[in-house]
Amino acid sequence: MIETHSLVKTFGLLRVLRGVELDIAEGEFVALLGPNGAGKTTLLRILATLSRPTLGRVRLAGHDLPARADAIRRRLGVVSHHPLLYGDLTAEENLRFYARMYGLTNAERRIAAVLEQVGLAKRRRDLVRTFSRGMQQRLAIARAILHEPEVMLFDEPHTGLDQDAAAMLDGVLRDVAATGRTVLMTTHDLRRALALAGRIAILSRGVIAFDKPKAQIEATRFAAEYDRAING
Amino acid sequence: MVEPKAQGSRRAGDQSAIGNPQSAIGDYLRAIGAIVAKDLAAELRSKELISTMLVFSLLVVLIFNFALELDRNARENVAAGVLWVTFTFAGTLGLNRSLSMEKDRGSLDGLLLAPVDRSALFFGKMIGNVIFMAVVEVVIVPVFTVLFNISLFRPWLFLVIALGTLGYAAVGTLLSTMAVHTRARDVMLPILLFPVAVPLIVAAVQASSGVLLAEAGKTIGTLWETIGTWVNLLIAYDVIFLAVAFMVFDYIVEE
Repeated sequence: MIETHSLVKTFGLLRVLRGVELDIAEGEFVALLGPNGAGKTTLLRILATLSRPTLGRVRLAGHDLPARADAIRRRLGVVSHHPLLYGDLTAEENLRFYARMYGLTNAERRIAAVLEQVGLAKRRRDLVRTFSRGMQQRLAIARAILHEPEVMLFDEPHTGLDQDAAAMLDGVLRDVAATGRTVLMTTHDLRRALALAGRIAILSRGVIAFDKPKAQIEATRFAAEYDRAING
Repeated sequence: MVEPKAQGSRRAGDQSAIGNPQSAIGDYLRAIGAIVAKDLAAELRSKELISTMLVFSLLVVLIFNFALELDRNARENVAAGVLWVTFTFAGTLGLNRSLSMEKDRGSLDGLLLAPVDRSALFFGKMIGNVIFMAVVEVVIVPVFTVLFNISLFRPWLFLVIALGTLGYAAVGTLLSTMAVHTRARDVMLPILLFPVAVPLIVAAVQASSGVLLAEAGKTIGTLWETIGTWVNLLIAYDVIFLAVAFMVFDYIVEE
């Protein structure tokens, strides 16, 4: 569902991604870990069609990037630490706007459904600027699943959330993954990655330095393995 | 809590959930309409852009009025220049804020993630900018008429203002998309925009001045003989920059 081969991204003289090899099957939930500056967000932005790869091959949902970016965007849901919402619009108006942008024919039904799914149905007519950070992040997930995408990309979705809001977000993430969607999530939180994902990859200095199914990872030794991957 | 994904039905489901791909033009126009409606709804609530542009343009007109203590003849000669300085300065303020607010909130990425041709984003933002500039112009024209004692309520002048506003919003929206990615974006837009907009501003000022002087009986020949060349230049400028934006916006808006 997500394939990158020899993916390179440079910004001027700075080579951020140095040949990323990643292959994620349909329905997999992969957590991508790595220190700041490892290139996690750059990788996600390329997969999200927001940035062009310098070299290498990227395929998503059966389409090549950047040639078939439009087709990929239809099948892609993205949640980043920015909620991509408008504070001066209500929750419902935000979703209606995105429904029109995606050309949804069943917009009102989908809006009601996703608001119910993320537990914001009662706040649908409130301005988004009155929402807490956790509520905004839940609404961001509602926005991202509105068009029923096959692939979900989460870029550090827990950033800035308190414990309760993060736990609630975990529940929503589990639900999203349980629907059979392919999920790639970047995070700094080792414990959360192990708790949510079925596979862990570590990006270090622009390459995948570690990639194992959760079943093959011993939780108590994972912190040491992480250190080895990013320092080795 | 989240409804299960029907295995193998996602692609087929695309057709029910997402509009028929054959109606690409309909999707394109719908996306433009959605952006315009969103910008207007957000602005109606916050009044952030309009109030800034209005206060600024009123101050510019007032300052010019007090700074230039002119007789009627001199006023008629400078009126068009003062009017366009006011419109372009206020317009620049709005153009800068319109895109930078999207960037600051991170919502620019939300627009870029939508499965529509990216030129639709340009036209949506540009139409919003034209509307905001038009609202300012609707307020400024009567104020200007009172302060400078020159009636601006002339159909030809409205045509010139409409063409000038369209061209300025088109080139301004295009360049503000470039400026928004730079560090010094607040000063970058005027630096990029004013040199490129010089032909438009000259044509708009000359055409407006021609209309005002013709009404005062100070021109030789018919009104069209006086302003025809400048109006044609405005139309050509608008067409060229709308076409350029349609072709290059996809590349400009990407990192």
